[in-house]
Amino acid sequence: MPDPQPPAIELRGVSKIYPGSPPIKALDDVSVQIGRGQMVAVVGQSGSGKSTMLNVMGTLDQPTSGSVLIEGTDTSLLTDNQLSAIRGRRVGFVFQRFFLLSGIAVIDNVANGLLYTGATRPHRREAAEAVLERVGLGARKWHRPNELSGGEMQRVAIARALVGEPAFVLADEPTGNLDSASSNSIIELLFSLHDEGRTIVVITHNEAIAAAMPRQLQILDGRLVRDTGTIPQ
Amino acid sequence: MNLAPSRLRPSETARVGLGSLAARRLRSALSALGIAIGIASLVAVLGLSDSSKSALLDQIGALGTNLLTIEAGSGFGAGDAALPETSVATVSRVPTVEATSAVYAVDAGVYRNDLVPEDLTGGISVYGTDPGLLGALNGDIALGSFLTEATRDHPVAVVGAVAAERLGVRNLDQPVRLYIGDRWVEVAGVLEPFALAANLDRAVLIGDRAAERYYDAELAPATVYVRVDEDHIDATRDVLAATVDPENPEEAEISRPSDLLEARSAAESSFTSLFLGLGAVALLVGGIGVANVMVIGVIERRGEIGLRRAIGATRAHIRRQFFTEALTLATLGGTAGVLLGVAVTYGYSLAQGWRVIIPPVALIGGFAAAVAIGVIAGLYPAIRAARVSPTEALRSA
Repeated sequence: MPDPQPPAIELRGVSKIYPGSPPIKALDDVSVQIGRGQMVAVVGQSGSGKSTMLNVMGTLDQPTSGSVLIEGTDTSLLTDNQLSAIRGRRVGFVFQRFFLLSGIAVIDNVANGLLYTGATRPHRREAAEAVLERVGLGARKWHRPNELSGGEMQRVAIARALVGEPAFVLADEPTGNLDSASSNSIIELLFSLHDEGRTIVVITHNEAIAAAMPRQLQILDGRLVRDTGTIPQ
Repeated sequence: MNLAPSRLRPSETARVGLGSLAARRLRSALSALGIAIGIASLVAVLGLSDSSKSALLDQIGALGTNLLTIEAGSGFGAGDAALPETSVATVSRVPTVEATSAVYAVDAGVYRNDLVPEDLTGGISVYGTDPGLLGALNGDIALGSFLTEATRDHPVAVVGAVAAERLGVRNLDQPVRLYIGDRWVEVAGVLEPFALAANLDRAVLIGDRAAERYYDAELAPATVYVRVDEDHIDATRDVLAATVDPENPEEAEISRPSDLLEARSAAESSFTSLFLGLGAVALLVGGIGVANVMVIGVIERRGEIGLRRAIGATRAHIRRQFFTEALTLATLGGTAGVLLGVAVTYGYSLAQGWRVIIPPVALIGGFAAAVAIGVIAGLYPAIRAARVSPTEALRSA
């Protein structure tokens, strides 16, 4: 009988070694729990393993050893297709470089967050429209991505991550490509999503941003060296 | 956690594939064009060769393959050999012969009028013949009428198609006279070209009895034309030489003019193979173009692939998307190619006055070839796209 309220994400002794000579240990025996509704900043130098940890949390990458549990489910027991389903339905990714498709309108970029769930197009668009309103881009839904500013594009990407109502949002340096004004508005948006009760993990270089978040994880050479909080009981 | 598997509706697979192509319109169009040219050339080559062959076969059919000609041999010691005067009479007694006619050489020049210098003959020869020639050769009259029993004895001429051109006989609204030898001859008609007796196109024909009376022509046939029962052509051919000239059967040379047309048809077929080969090469190059665009697309679109994996696409979804794109390119190219090939076939055949024949195998085969090329060209890039590791794709894109 699993815990009735398991954490959103749990890493148990996770290591990730990239083969090569010498092999690179990107994650070294990391154990951490991210509770539901938490907002967590992941900090560390370039190459410390932050992105690897985020990818492993989101099942884009599989650990060499240890296990990743998403809402109590051990992902090491799942097939590749089942992992795709988890990403499609339970995980929302936000990337530094947005990855919007330039050929289609903003609303369809957001609706693509539901593309692989089998939802019909009218349903996807309806959901996308609601999320676009939520991130403040309701008026831009028929624009092409290249007609938007960087901050707006990142809002579209966040909307795409949210449209499937994921268990948590993983953001890998969401402000890395933005000027400070846009950065601030994106961080504000993330905070307001947190206020709505969403689980959010953000990688950031920006110490001020990290310091503002309720919990920080610091990664150094693949190890978790500092954790300012634990799951509230 | 009980999760429904990732799922992409088939209509969405098509939409995603088409959308990606539409986003790269120029490149998609160019790579589809490669396929289109290949398919168009295959369809056009097959269509044109069939149309021209059918035109030739129609011609042969209309003229009949049962015409034989007998000429005086030009072999060793043949010298002045001529066919015996009785040739027509004896040949027409062979039971399998349906019609016989002959032409007799007349030694005279043909001139527009009596002021033309004697050596400017224009390469036109004069033959005497009987009124049955037109029927035996399945010939046609372009203007006026052919020789008749009434005009056979008189200085009346019928002009071959090329000769009419050279002599400037364009219409017979006014009486036209030609100066043949040393007398005026009335023109009764102008002939359409003879497909099976092209030498008569450059000749002026007069009645055989007129030839004898006015030009002292010997009634030893230069050529005897024989229409034979279709079912007994070879057997008749075997006995004709001995029938015409029992003394020297080796001096009568028998030929079948339709063989020439059939040889031409065969020669055109060999060109068809050559052009088909060229079309296949064009198609191959087109296929490589599609494969190239797809492979480059996989490399360029690593970010998109990574993103799609991150929003729930399985490897199979990625594979299907790229495969659909390649197949769509090839199908568009194939459709355009078939249409283009049909248009070329129509245009050229109509310009040539041929009946347009587009063999179904060219249409179906051309389209199938395009689809097959799409499958082959799309398979490898699609498999490669599906193998891209999502994290690597997102990092390096």
